[in-house]
Amino acid sequence: METILGLRTDNFCILASDMTAAHSIIVMKSNEKKIYPVSDQILMAATGQQGDAHQFAEYIVKNVQLYKMRNGYGLSTASAAHFIRQNLAEYLRSQTPYNVNLLLGGFEEKTGGQLYYMDYLASSHEVKYGSHGYGGVIALSILERYWRPDMTEAEAYDIMIKCVEEIQRRLIINLPNFHIQIVDKNGIRVLPDITTATVLSKKSQA
Amino acid sequence: MSIMSYNGGGVVAMKGKNCVAIACDLRLGVSQYNTIATDFEKVFQFGPHLFCGLPGLATDTLTVKDKLRFRLNMYELKEDRKMSPQVFTSMLSNLLYERRFGPYFIEPVIAGLDPKTGEPYVASMDLIGCPEKPEDFVVSGTCGPQLYGMCEALYEPDQGPEDLFETISQALVNACDRDAISGWGGVVYIIEKDKITRKTLKTRMD
Repeated sequence: METILGLRTDNFCILASDMTAAHSIIVMKSNEKKIYPVSDQILMAATGQQGDAHQFAEYIVKNVQLYKMRNGYGLSTASAAHFIRQNLAEYLRSQTPYNVNLLLGGFEEKTGGQLYYMDYLASSHEVKYGSHGYGGVIALSILERYWRPDMTEAEAYDIMIKCVEEIQRRLIINLPNFHIQIVDKNGIRVLPDITTATVLSKKSQA
Repeated sequence: MSIMSYNGGGVVAMKGKNCVAIACDLRLGVSQYNTIATDFEKVFQFGPHLFCGLPGLATDTLTVKDKLRFRLNMYELKEDRKMSPQVFTSMLSNLLYERRFGPYFIEPVIAGLDPKTGEPYVASMDLIGCPEKPEDFVVSGTCGPQLYGMCEALYEPDQGPEDLFETISQALVNACDRDAISGWGGVVYIIEKDKITRKTLKTRMD
């Protein structure tokens, strides 16, 4: 039902998530934030069962922060991805598995933007762009068509608008608002939400 | 739908004259038909002449890779010597059988040269660790049946490294073409006494 999208470039990583919180067939909320800042240079988008997603994300965020306090240095994106995968994999074979799908975005000087795709089975892989959920299936072909490693922030934001437009056109589920965050050499920033209005004004310009 | 074919992929290994080859495809899919990445390697190096392929459920490919690495490191620290392929096979078999009633969903393939004699070695295993050590080739993964057909047709004993590369590549490429959830490129390792060669294969991308 829910959708999260992400892409990396040489200079940043950008994540988008829909803002709908549904309970059964009822939309409870349309301003839910599903992207969590894990550290100064790591972002994580989490979907799945709402309780699980929130609880697991919170657990990860706090433990990554604790690691930095104990050791005096933070986790790299790759290390954080490994830590998260390990946790998810251990919970998978427990009595209480977490049903969460994740995108982990980060930035480091030497690697540039990084994006890790992780699903509820704890399969983890570094990707150029990735998505979860029904909307993600539609968005993936758009990301595939327009992605370049040297894109600017504005171009990446435009691609996200293209994805949202297509999701809103083709998906039977109503996902009006998308929350966008970016991480680059200056840290984490929140970009303006992509809403139905953004998509409409983009269309009238064209 | 079987859990063994959730992510897709295949691995094959062959004996030659004083050399062995091991190869895998590069696809990572989710719920069979959604391709997430085309650079997901399933073959890992565990020693100077020791390789292991872990096709099956991607999360367990990663989990078992990490657990093997841990046990191998502990062995090498305690014993102060490299592990032979035979011992590695027993270790992996033991690791998998520990989970007899809740297995890791992978069917491993092992390829290597004996550290002392340089004798070629290939072996494969089912998901609970029943080893099989034939004297020609082993196959595994969702394109296993197709690989059997190709290997049966193309394999000749006592090939040199160049001919062995040609044989294993043709076997992998043509087997993957007949399996919708394998392919999207491949990697071949040729293991000789004083040389490891890694070659990437281009295949049909559909």
